[in-house]
Amino acid sequence: MSHRYIAAIDQGTTSSRCIVFDSSGSIVSVAQKEHRQIFPRPGWVEHDAEEIWANVLDVVHGALQKMSITVHDLAAVGITNQRETTVLWDAETGRPVHNAIVWQDTRTDQLVRELAADGGQDRFREKSGLPLATYFSGPKIRWLLDNVPGVRELAEAGKVLFGTMDTWLIWKLTGKHVTDVTNASRTMLMNLRTLDWDDELLAAMDVPRAMLPEIRSSAEVYGQATGTLQGLPVASALGDQQAALFGQTCYAPGEGKCTYGTGSFLLLNTGTEPVTSANGLITTVGYRIGDQPVTYALEGAIAVTGSLVQWLRDNVGLITSAPEIETLALTVEDNGGCYFVPAFAGLFAPHWRSDARGVIAGLTGYITKGHLARAVLEATAWQTREVVDAMNADSGVELSTLKVDGGMTANNMLMQFLSDVLDVPVVRPIIAETTCLGAAYAAGLAVGFWPDVDALRQNWHRAAEWLPAMDAKTRDRGYRKWRKAVQRTMDWIDEDDE
Amino acid sequence: MPGPIQSIERAAAILRLLASGARKMGVGELATALGLPKGTVHGILRTLQHVGFVEQSQDTGKYQLGAALFHIGSSYLDANELRTRALNWSDSLAARSKESVRIGTLHEGQVLVVHHVFRPDNSSQVLEVGALLPAHASALGRVLLANDPLGQPAGAELAGFTPYTCTDPDQLRQLLAETKSRGWAAEVEEMVEGEVSVAAPIRDRRGVTVGAIGISGPIERLCDPDRAPRTELVSYVREAARAISRDLGAIPW
Ligand SMILES: Nc1ncnc2c1ncn2[C@@H]1O[C@H](COP(=O)(O)OP(=O)(O)O)[C@@H](O)[C@H]1O
Ligand SMILES: [Mg+2]
Repeated sequence: MSHRYIAAIDQGTTSSRCIVFDSSGSIVSVAQKEHRQIFPRPGWVEHDAEEIWANVLDVVHGALQKMSITVHDLAAVGITNQRETTVLWDAETGRPVHNAIVWQDTRTDQLVRELAADGGQDRFREKSGLPLATYFSGPKIRWLLDNVPGVRELAEAGKVLFGTMDTWLIWKLTGKHVTDVTNASRTMLMNLRTLDWDDELLAAMDVPRAMLPEIRSSAEVYGQATGTLQGLPVASALGDQQAALFGQTCYAPGEGKCTYGTGSFLLLNTGTEPVTSANGLITTVGYRIGDQPVTYALEGAIAVTGSLVQWLRDNVGLITSAPEIETLALTVEDNGGCYFVPAFAGLFAPHWRSDARGVIAGLTGYITKGHLARAVLEATAWQTREVVDAMNADSGVELSTLKVDGGMTANNMLMQFLSDVLDVPVVRPIIAETTCLGAAYAAGLAVGFWPDVDALRQNWHRAAEWLPAMDAKTRDRGYRKWRKAVQRTMDWIDEDDE
Repeated sequence: MPGPIQSIERAAAILRLLASGARKMGVGELATALGLPKGTVHGILRTLQHVGFVEQSQDTGKYQLGAALFHIGSSYLDANELRTRALNWSDSLAARSKESVRIGTLHEGQVLVVHHVFRPDNSSQVLEVGALLPAHASALGRVLLANDPLGQPAGAELAGFTPYTCTDPDQLRQLLAETKSRGWAAEVEEMVEGEVSVAAPIRDRRGVTVGAIGISGPIERLCDPDRAPRTELVSYVREAARAISRDLGAIPW
């Protein structure tokens, strides 16, 4: 067989990477490239979609070169991407009409408040599964239509197209204007039950249907690549968190995982029926393989975890690389009473408060940079605790183990602390890059590289496990302080703030 | 607390002077600049030269900073960084070899385990990050000792763990030389009876060994009937070490 490998493109928030896998799901080759984070104003975050496209081509060729293989050795390529990040481009020239607006961006705050004033924050939850928040694509599209001159008319005529990053890349690769159900479920424009764009949602958001891609399944051949990857089938698309769920082989209801990257996202497979949360979680599409029934998930989205470590590196300069935070944190015994709530883009799950901003609480003259490093890492664990509590309340079952993946799982101290504050074992599978793996799995199923999901389950192995070792009193006191710190972030943004 | 030691202060002043100027300096120039007798400066320079902190030019006899000094500040790679950068390839190694994987660095004469991937059979195993292994009796340790600029610690007692443990310093020296030249190490039942480990060096962009990666497991799975480690497994270990080194910027070898 000449198609020995499957490739996956992970177009992430901080970088794009390409990983080539063999049939056992082992990594054969990796290439990665960071792109610029553009911050035009406080709260605004943009990416240059052209730069991302160039990087994606670079990393695909880079990964092939490292292994001295060619595109002909690949059975297919799968795509996974940072979700919600919104790009609009001219259908004729292929040029974006504006920088992509990134999911963390809060410029639609005012718009979201206006929409909520008329029917409440949950007015679209029944249909879309989502609370009104700056996070989702719909309001971002609306902002671009309202603020980039001339774009609305072109969009109404289908001459300016919308896409999340999956759509942008598939369009660049194959010329097809499509998205998958998981990415579409993050726009606030898709009806969770019909799996199609919803007229009422489109009208409320004032987004023309003509600019929207066709919604397809997560695993099917959307088209063949042209250009330098000529002939390569593009065979899957999943939002990064859904891809990680798929890569962790959470194929049965009740199975879930939490991925620790720029932000962190706990997803629980709820089966073929959407479950509405009463505790601040969101309802989303988990995946859909070809024409099989769709699988839904409950999600606890945390906006800022790994990016807080990056902030400490890039904006404060306390460390020179992300992993060094562990070394710095180990210079002290504990957090010294210091708590850091990184509500940089407001608070996501389970609070959904766009009026919140970050707080460092419990500061005294005693606090050193080591304590700050601890507080930064602990913030990731306490935020997870909040969404796990919400998940337990919604599902009525206590979580018994947490499956984790993502870049931050390399942090041993964090993983131990996570197990301590959740009071359950934390398990990392043998591939921390489950996001890429999930996209590869879906693409592999679509082209018959793997026969079925049972074959994929065989590849899942435990690579590390952290067991809880904190006494209940310490844990409860820590959680109490954390919650007090969270209270102090709220109601910070005023009407007249920019 | 005793006062500062004069000769160390003077040595530091010489190093600072040599570091500040773009050119090499002679003994006379240094003595004038520091207001010290030439003989004193010469004596200090001789000692600094001996430890590699300064170098003397063959033809002009002038002095400049030595190569050893540059290695001090930078040869160290943060252990947590090493783990993060090695994550993908250590996972792949465990998947391919079907054995547990460890990455180690030298820590006060012993091997500190900075990363551990379980054997991929879903059996219950305990994470050993932070554990210490004897350097002379583990494959990780032998790779690290063989590539350490300071080499095998002289006069250190070599503890025996099994009848197979190499406890003779001369024999160990021999094994380390062999390890260095062939680029990998193995230890067969020297630490634990019935257990074998194989390891190879992780190098950074200057070729400095910053850690070692290896697998370990039962002799039945890791060795041929003649007690030699299976070539296939050795090559997996070496490939993983090379892949990580490449990601750290080492020149491919
Ligand atoms: N050892 C570490 N300790 C803490 N944070 C880390 C470590 N290694 C990486 N990170 C963080 O993880 C994130 C990168 O993880 P990744 O899974 O690649 O994220 P994404 O897919 O969102 O781009 C960065 O935000 C970085 O700060
Ligand atoms: Mg990611």
